[in-house]
Amino acid sequence: MQPTTPNFKQNARDAIANDPLQAALGKLAVGFPMRRLEAAARLPEFENLRDQARDIKTHVLENLDYYLEAYEQKVVESGGHVHWCRDAEEARETILEICQKAGAKTVTKSKSMISEEIAVNKYLEENGIEPVETDLGEYIIQLRKEPPSHIIAPAIHLSKEQVAETFRNAHIDLAADRDLDEPRSLLEEARAKLREKFLGADVGLTGANMLIAETGTNVLVTNEGNADLTNNLPRVHVVIASIEKIVPTLEDASTILRVLARSATGQDISVYTTFCTGPRRPEDLDGPEEYHVVLLDNGRSEMIGSEFHEMLRCIRCGACLNHCPIYKSVGGHAYGWVYSGPMGAVLIPNLIGMEEAQHLPNASTLCGKCESVCPMRIPLPKMLRKWRERQFRAHTGAPSARWALRGWAWLAKRPGLYRWAMNVGVAVLGQFGGRGRFRSLPLASGWTSKRDLAAPAGDTFINQFHKGARGDQSGALMRKKVH
Amino acid sequence: MSAREEILGRLRGKLGHSDAPNASNPALDHIQEHHKNLIPKRGDLDKAQRVDLFVQEATRVNATVVRVATLEDVPDQVSAYLREHQLPAKIKIAPHESLKSLNWQAKTSLMVDEGRGAGDDGVSVSVAYGGVAETGTLVMSSGPQSPTSLNFLPLDHIVVLQAADIAGDYETVWERIRNKAGPGKLPRTVNWITGPSRTADIEQTLLLGAHGPQRLHILIVDQPGG
Repeated sequence: MQPTTPNFKQNARDAIANDPLQAALGKLAVGFPMRRLEAAARLPEFENLRDQARDIKTHVLENLDYYLEAYEQKVVESGGHVHWCRDAEEARETILEICQKAGAKTVTKSKSMISEEIAVNKYLEENGIEPVETDLGEYIIQLRKEPPSHIIAPAIHLSKEQVAETFRNAHIDLAADRDLDEPRSLLEEARAKLREKFLGADVGLTGANMLIAETGTNVLVTNEGNADLTNNLPRVHVVIASIEKIVPTLEDASTILRVLARSATGQDISVYTTFCTGPRRPEDLDGPEEYHVVLLDNGRSEMIGSEFHEMLRCIRCGACLNHCPIYKSVGGHAYGWVYSGPMGAVLIPNLIGMEEAQHLPNASTLCGKCESVCPMRIPLPKMLRKWRERQFRAHTGAPSARWALRGWAWLAKRPGLYRWAMNVGVAVLGQFGGRGRFRSLPLASGWTSKRDLAAPAGDTFINQFHKGARGDQSGALMRKKVH
Repeated sequence: MSAREEILGRLRGKLGHSDAPNASNPALDHIQEHHKNLIPKRGDLDKAQRVDLFVQEATRVNATVVRVATLEDVPDQVSAYLREHQLPAKIKIAPHESLKSLNWQAKTSLMVDEGRGAGDDGVSVSVAYGGVAETGTLVMSSGPQSPTSLNFLPLDHIVVLQAADIAGDYETVWERIRNKAGPGKLPRTVNWITGPSRTADIEQTLLLGAHGPQRLHILIVDQPGG
């Protein structure tokens, strides 16, 4: 898709004025974090498992070339094919070629962020092949020609009325009096329509949550079972995955699975975790006759060893989105491309360039919540700051912001002057902020046009600390005074 | 240069690795060890407790579980299930020796088909390779006796699981599969199934039966059949 990342500010304003979206985000902001906490509480080893999951991917990334070769060898030994692709265009062409060789008219798809990244649906359509998304949320947004707004809940921004309207427009055989008021009837309509597609498809295209080097296996995680009907029923199974999805062994995959669903939806494990290896065996009664893996780089190998190396540990659980104050305010579409939230703000500039995505690393309060919930312990705030540093060095951004930062840096390096300026500032603001808050303030209209700014209530922290320390060497008095 | 050589070459350059064939390969060493990581204590139980935990966890995720004494009790239980849910007396069974040997017509007249799943199958009966108590997960392993499509196409899926095959954790089942398939090999499809199919894609409302079965019914056989 054409990124709308340069319009982030306008996108965000639109999102905040969008009532159904705000209602959905309100629900998400409570549900996902609560369920994650409950799942973590049920598993005493959760934090240790996060450490181990991180270490597994760290080890893989340090040896990625070896693991990719080992993985490829196993895929070939089990009768599959591996297609290496440098970029989105090569991947699209490779997938089209496989589909054309198979004489495919219809391709069923299970949700894959990489397939969004390479915009394969549009390309297949242009070449006369019908791609059908089968994850319920993806199916809905495909009919609406929208990108996903969340990694694991792509249609989270829509109300059931919007879904009903979408089905009425797309399913032309629907009777006018067909009841589509409730989520259950919407699901039944989609299930019936998609069942025909599953049974009729020539090629099944899936992503991969992981690729296991030990056995040449791809792992698929879903709750609906759509990835299973997609990989099992058609004659050809194509997997599209990026190179950093590799894990060494079945044991390592199991460890990561123990943190994936807990972080994503708060389930102990997703309903369906599927391990596919090669095509059907001669004695099998079902399964695809051909198995292809399209192995995509698209900028990942350039990230190895860079400041953003650790981003390659990401397992796309969506926990950082669910806990991000910015994501929870503006939703996924505002970010303007297929990824969103803190992981999107770090990853997107790597994939489409900093110029195009310059607002995204700034769409963060750096509160640190994302890193604290990331199952792979990716230092997202640190990497967002890295992008901001690069932007500063590259002279992008508003001149006024650059001058303000420069001025502040100059002051911060001179502690005496800094303290004097803070004392003056606190005293002056304290004097004028009589009612405890400012409704407007010169140079701060960006803040005060939307909300009040709290006025300083007393002295600076350092002054208070010194006063407290004089009264009691241990600082106990200070703590009493402050609390 | 091919895409493969370009990608691998760039990685080697960035990681400072040599492409010489006799270079040491930490990946192959790690794979061969298949070292176990931390395994949660939750599943570390004796056999009876493991079965209890499996039942508890599977029930938590909306599966229904019935324990039977022997394999011969399975047809009765399947009939009872069909009656309870007012389903037609028609099932598709996996061509598994333990199911084929059963007398399905002893008490009730059941229409029994066997083979892979079809679009119009209502109820399927298959045999699990194993179970994992940790999360109430069934492990299904594809093969001529266990077509994968039976796990997903019908609206009702009934699974026969030997109590003796319930392990505490995933790793124990992987070891069994690895021993059977050989090192570095797996059957075409291994499915971990934990409860019936579900979605929360419409307004975050949880609904069962998205694309796979709406109901998952597990029959645990306490005594190995004979």
